[in-house]
Amino acid sequence: MTETLSPAQPLVVEEGEEQRGFAGTNVPRKEDKRLVQGQGVYFDDVKRHGMGYAHFVRSPYAHANITSIDVSKAEALEGVYGTLIGEEVAALTDPFFQLATPPGAHIKDYALAVGKVRHVGEPVAIVVAATRELARDAADLVEVDYEPLGAVTDARRALDPETPVLHEEAGSNLSWEGVYEWGDVEGAFAEADHVVKISELHFDRFNSTPLECDGAVVEYNRGTGQWTIHTNNQFPGFAAIMMGPAMRTGLDKLRFVTQDIGGGFGNKITSHPQLVACCLLARKLHRPINWTEWRTEFHLTMSHGNERWFLDTEVAVKADGTLLGFRTKALDDAGAFLRYEPLGGVIWAQVTPGCYRWRNVRLDFTQVVTNKAPCSPNRGYSRMQHLWFTERMIDIVAHELGLDPVEVRKKNYVKAEEMPYTTPNGCVYDSGDYARMLDVALELIGYEGLAERRADAESRGKLFGFGIGSTLDSGTNNFGQSRLINPELQFSGNNEVATVKLDIFGEIVVTLGTTPQGQSHETTAAIVVADILGVTPDDVNVRAGHDTYWNSHAGFSGTYASQFAVTGLGAVKGAAEKLAGEIKKLGSVILGCPESELELADGFVRMKANAEAALPLMACGAIINANNAGLPEDLDVTLNARYVYRPPFELPDVERKYGNLTLTYAAQVHAALVEVDPETGVYEIVQYAAIDDCGKRIHPQIVEGQVMGATAHALGAATHETFTYDAEGNLLTPNFYDYHVPHAMDMPPLKTGYIESPSPFTALGTKGMGEGGGAGIHAVCAALQDALAPRGRPVVYDSCNPYHRVWELLQDPEASRRRVEVISK
Amino acid sequence: MEPQTSQTITVTVNGETYEREVEARRLLIHFIRDDLDLTGSHVGCDTGNCGACSVIYNGQLVKSCMLLAVQADGARIETVEGLAPEDGKLHALQQSFSDHHALQCGYCTPGMLMSAKALLDANPSASEEEIRKGLQGNICRCTGYWNIIDAVKAVAR
Ligand code: FES
Ligand code: FES
Repeated sequence: MTETLSPAQPLVVEEGEEQRGFAGTNVPRKEDKRLVQGQGVYFDDVKRHGMGYAHFVRSPYAHANITSIDVSKAEALEGVYGTLIGEEVAALTDPFFQLATPPGAHIKDYALAVGKVRHVGEPVAIVVAATRELARDAADLVEVDYEPLGAVTDARRALDPETPVLHEEAGSNLSWEGVYEWGDVEGAFAEADHVVKISELHFDRFNSTPLECDGAVVEYNRGTGQWTIHTNNQFPGFAAIMMGPAMRTGLDKLRFVTQDIGGGFGNKITSHPQLVACCLLARKLHRPINWTEWRTEFHLTMSHGNERWFLDTEVAVKADGTLLGFRTKALDDAGAFLRYEPLGGVIWAQVTPGCYRWRNVRLDFTQVVTNKAPCSPNRGYSRMQHLWFTERMIDIVAHELGLDPVEVRKKNYVKAEEMPYTTPNGCVYDSGDYARMLDVALELIGYEGLAERRADAESRGKLFGFGIGSTLDSGTNNFGQSRLINPELQFSGNNEVATVKLDIFGEIVVTLGTTPQGQSHETTAAIVVADILGVTPDDVNVRAGHDTYWNSHAGFSGTYASQFAVTGLGAVKGAAEKLAGEIKKLGSVILGCPESELELADGFVRMKANAEAALPLMACGAIINANNAGLPEDLDVTLNARYVYRPPFELPDVERKYGNLTLTYAAQVHAALVEVDPETGVYEIVQYAAIDDCGKRIHPQIVEGQVMGATAHALGAATHETFTYDAEGNLLTPNFYDYHVPHAMDMPPLKTGYIESPSPFTALGTKGMGEGGGAGIHAVCAALQDALAPRGRPVVYDSCNPYHRVWELLQDPEASRRRVEVISK
Repeated sequence: MEPQTSQTITVTVNGETYEREVEARRLLIHFIRDDLDLTGSHVGCDTGNCGACSVIYNGQLVKSCMLLAVQADGARIETVEGLAPEDGKLHALQQSFSDHHALQCGYCTPGMLMSAKALLDANPSASEEEIRKGLQGNICRCTGYWNIIDAVKAVAR
């Protein structure tokens, strides 16, 4: 049912050096042995003596003042260890540091609600008890009195004068705004033969809902004042920066430990408020605290993807279909708090022109707060919204002007020979060939035979549609881009750490700073190390997970934003090469020859000219670690190498909002075929193709797995997944019963393909690639628009199109068509 | 009379018999994970939709979050920890999942494996369609299912 394109001639755009070693081969995944046997250790598998279970008391209101909280009945229950409420939090901690400039900077955000609640599900109090069940029951005994206030759930109304204000300190519901303009936008519109206007497009709210919810087991050591936090937070570097100042403690007091994580997709970056609450409880109650979030709690509170409106869009087009530029007003709904926001207000700019060559862009970005769950990164964070918008513009322009969407793309794609390509805002697309990828996608989807398929579907009474989604997965952030949001911020560049050591009995031990959630870091790190040290991946022992005590982390350590293949493996390569150098240094002393005459192969350091003159790695480890008498005094060898990878970045120009914001640009071109029942709006994706280019692939099977996973997320988001709120601010999809994620029955026939355009900017030619740009959302929207065209040419204006929305488009195509206007000269 | 809030139960899990006093409203999944420390089975939802907690219960596939521990008194339960035939060897499904890259984070995997086992026990030559149907009660958020279906298909043949 799945088919991978494996061309006789590998589709390699640039030939790399002669392949040697394990890179590029599908060695067995190191993680699997424990995971298929149920021997993984996820945070909730960690048990501690006397551990208490935490249960959160949550707001039933979207917006209300808290008039009183009474925990006495809960505390009186036998087996209850204690409680925590907002007042204590406000006394013991400072509000979390805000990334925004004013007005967002004035927002006060604590671990628990203080004085007021701002979304349904916001934590108000915590009860800790001897069992999960008891904690839950006791939480029901906490009495909270509320004075309900009006709620805002529609971002478009958030700034109206009569709308209630969430954060009085901020003055209004505006959290951040900024104007981005590059090129000559006025000139582009003057030159255009057509201006296509689109009044309103909407990117829906959803998230990728990892199967494991958030949580932690937190211990407090009174003697040292240190917390050990066993958690599935996926960006401990960021959590520490948020938590330390709020808790008035140094980062050395926060030890993060992780082994296995049950999926993350960005959604587990912003659990720092809950972690702070658990830290306070562990200290207050003198016992380890287990906090295991329930599914409904996750849906109500955690890390929704940014909902975004694109208003008053105008696209400047030449008669021949050349795209000159666009302008739009992006209105971003951040939910109730800024936990990672307003970074979404700049992250989109990594992919300002999408895959296209338009040079003139203006985007007015406005972000508001609403009485909904806080938004935070979700696979494809902020770029996906913008790329969807870009692809929508392409397809709407093509449909309205009667142009072929394939031709418009080919005409306007950045060309392979233009790489590296500098975008209008100074980002540098490192390599790629989008037109070639589109050709592969068309081949796999059966573009040649489309007319027959269409005729066949129509003969069965179905509407048939074909759509393309072409996207970028920008990876390895330059955190200097945060200064485009707030020039005062002191972040820039990026980093990741690895250590590789050779131990007494020849053990090769690798530690990483990352926090994988299924991305197979143990396997790919072992491949890179094995190839450098001349051993096999089986010989390389990569420690699972992250531990602050390993001292193999830096400020940006974590697993997020499509970067491991660059930052993580860059660090691994650096450390392994350092170790290899030391082994040769030692080898030259023992074997009595210059280092240049030595090589590492088959588990030995040996003379290139004479394989018999060899020292096993095991002997090297033993000599340095346990048998070092008589070694030359100046031999600087520890066989314990630490390397910090730092990508080559400059600070962006804050005034012009110009500079390189990410190091690599993986690309995806997807194609979908749909059949729609014109009576009901029910549709099926009948064929799907996903082409990926992430440069050099260290382990093709793992790459393909990420492509598939990202495709499934996109298809879920395109068809059913939505966090829908009613006017009072109640979430209507708070669990997997109402929130429909794809099941095994829902997956369309899939063909995958790839090309490899190695990145010229990275140590291994790799590119980060886990997020995938949401190409499936774009492809399905395009396919639906194509399918529905014979029924009054409705305009697909929303990223999420469940059957009822398709039915509405069929019933009243005019309503959607009123969003579009073409002005031709 | 005071309502009884706990009860002693006897349960056989993976061939080993355990006698434990449990809270009357404790879910079977929490009994397995917290009381028996068999943490291979997972919790992914609170509505019985995800299947991360799937175990085989008296020969039948069940979602162990949908049963109370006290209901399991006298039951025979198989969990992922009992799947491998012996130490150091994997069950054909476990091997096939690894070969086909049918897991990423591994959180759904124990439940998925137990579902697949129940499916193939009942229908050793299940077709692709039957496999998809059989796995319908298990959510995976990482893989998109394609590789999982292929992995089960490879064993079914
Ligand atoms: S935890 Fe049992 S079905 Fe989800
Ligand atoms: S492998 Fe992560 S949920 Fe299935």
